[in-house]
Amino acid sequence: MVEHAEFGSYYGRPVIKAPSWAARDIAGYFFLGGLAGAGSVVAAGAHLTGRTTTATAMKMSSLVAVGLSAAALVNDLGRPSRFANMLRVLKPTSPMSVGSWLLSVYGPAAGAAAFCAVTGRLPRIGAAATLGAALTGPAVATYTAVLASDTAVPAWHGAHRELPYLFAASATAAASGMALVTGATRESAPARCAAVLAAAADFAASAAVERRLGLVAETFRAGRAGALLRSARVLTGAGAVAAAGSGLLGAQARPVASAGGLALLTGSALTRFGIFAAGIASAEDPKYTVVPQRERLAAATAAA
Amino acid sequence: MTAAETSPEHLLSGPEKDPAGDAGHRDAPPRVGFFTDTSVCIGCKACEVACKEWNAIPEDGLSLSGMSYDNTQGLGASTWRHVAFIEQPTGSSGSRPPAPPAAPGPEGRALLPLTDAPAPAASAPGSGELRWLMSSDVCKHCTHAACLDVCPTGSLFRTEFGTVVVQEDICNGCGYCVPACPYGVIEQRPTDGRAFKCTLCYDRLGAGQEPACAKACPTESIQFGPLDELRERAALRVDQLHEAGVPEARLYGHEPDNGVGGDGAFFLLLDEPEVYGLPPAPVVTTRDLPAMWKHAGAAALSLLGGVTLSFALPALTRRKGSR
Ligand code: SF4
Ligand code: SF4
Ligand code: SF4
Repeated sequence: MVEHAEFGSYYGRPVIKAPSWAARDIAGYFFLGGLAGAGSVVAAGAHLTGRTTTATAMKMSSLVAVGLSAAALVNDLGRPSRFANMLRVLKPTSPMSVGSWLLSVYGPAAGAAAFCAVTGRLPRIGAAATLGAALTGPAVATYTAVLASDTAVPAWHGAHRELPYLFAASATAAASGMALVTGATRESAPARCAAVLAAAADFAASAAVERRLGLVAETFRAGRAGALLRSARVLTGAGAVAAAGSGLLGAQARPVASAGGLALLTGSALTRFGIFAAGIASAEDPKYTVVPQRERLAAATAAA
Repeated sequence: MTAAETSPEHLLSGPEKDPAGDAGHRDAPPRVGFFTDTSVCIGCKACEVACKEWNAIPEDGLSLSGMSYDNTQGLGASTWRHVAFIEQPTGSSGSRPPAPPAAPGPEGRALLPLTDAPAPAASAPGSGELRWLMSSDVCKHCTHAACLDVCPTGSLFRTEFGTVVVQEDICNGCGYCVPACPYGVIEQRPTDGRAFKCTLCYDRLGAGQEPACAKACPTESIQFGPLDELRERAALRVDQLHEAGVPEARLYGHEPDNGVGGDGAFFLLLDEPEVYGLPPAPVVTTRDLPAMWKHAGAAALSLLGGVTLSFALPALTRRKGSR
């Protein structure tokens, strides 16, 4: 941790360029992709354990979420009419390319799973699609962390090891929240359990991110990002407590579970918007680019 | 095909002899680039103008910045060459080195002093001496170019000259290259959405011409040529300046083993890079991409495991008869 770090800059101008992505589109995409991806895993679990109401609700939720997330992505392109160019090549070095291909596999699977569940037709295909979506869903939920980290943005790149776990936890919190809101109460034991696990993992991963970032972690605490992330923590924690508590209540469980679910969903969304805002803040202040690089240079010189 | 596609582990970072060859160009000409010797730059902005003219780049703002003579402010979608102006106090009272004796000009060229005559004592506080640093910045045409690595459409590509160019008809305006560049070079044009940057005058190179900015530079601060030759010339120039009593002269971006595997456009600077708005030790973000994919995979498996556990636990407790 560096206090009052001294550093040179060119009239205080940023060294790197912040992405011109709109928070609504891209942070929204991170949230929706997580909700869809983790939701498909919950849906498959519910499907396999005979929790039909929850299974159908989660399949629908995932379909809607992935549809909205694709719309957000296309909307954010400077040239939306050229969206098809995304699938022109498959480049392992471009997380956006990998993600586009991943979505083109996951999306139809999630769609088929929802279609078969709602209409009751083609149950075999529905089961296969449910499993397919559950296997690709986790990747949809975590690759977005790589998408953000694979940039020069200090708050994102610096956390490239921990961010996927935070995204996985946040996605699971959102999906369990959705299951609590939309599923049947008597089917909700797994969602309650997942909510508690996800909230614990979310807190652990957030702490690990901030520890790793050192000076740059300031961007997670200050300003808009700080406010978003603090609110996210409160909501996620409260949501998990409500979810766990609802399991102990008898007849009153429903409203408590629903409220907890909503808190978890909102908490997850705020987490993504907070991380997005922290990244932008870290890109716009030259301090977060220059000081860590200087420290790295000094460490290398000391070692030599 | 990008270099990184053929063998990700070995070609994402580190020294790289033949970027054009690894990108699939057979019998490629020698890699070319720029050596920008800022010690002879006079801040005339001929390079900025020549670049705008030759490439027919639209106007991008006519505001006064208050940053010395720099109203361009930085590289961007419609500024592919940018001249930085830095005013520094020198002499005994400042933290800066004392004003060096007039630096020698490179062989065969007019001698250009590093410092102006001392400013009138009344106008400047302290020692009253000021030095000018001027530097013409440009895309670095990195050996390991993050912009090119992350571009999902293949719009950014490596040319046979080892340079990095955007294909306007393929770019879909996703904007991923913008935060990926460790130097803050490439940018989307607001009116258009697509990304633009220096092409190292790909059209002129193809016709055997030197880039417009280098051609227009009256002091030969911008030197264009095969990268190997430029590196040799730059090493000589730095030695010459050190001998002449300018110890703060240093090269920036020339080492083939730096964070981006060596810059195709490198510089001779007279102060720390960050003073010019350059990152002191940039690293191509995709160097860590294998680690990122590994962690994303592990995180995806944890998600799968966590949800599975959430379904297994209630089933176990129920079987034990607790419910
Ligand atoms: S300086 Fe930036 S825009 Fe230029 S090649 Fe390197 S990464 Fe790409
Ligand atoms: S904005 Fe254009 S050049 Fe940049 S990464 Fe996207 S498609 Fe490639
Ligand atoms: S090489 Fe050409 S495109 Fe690049 S800065 Fe010079 S004039 Fe502009």
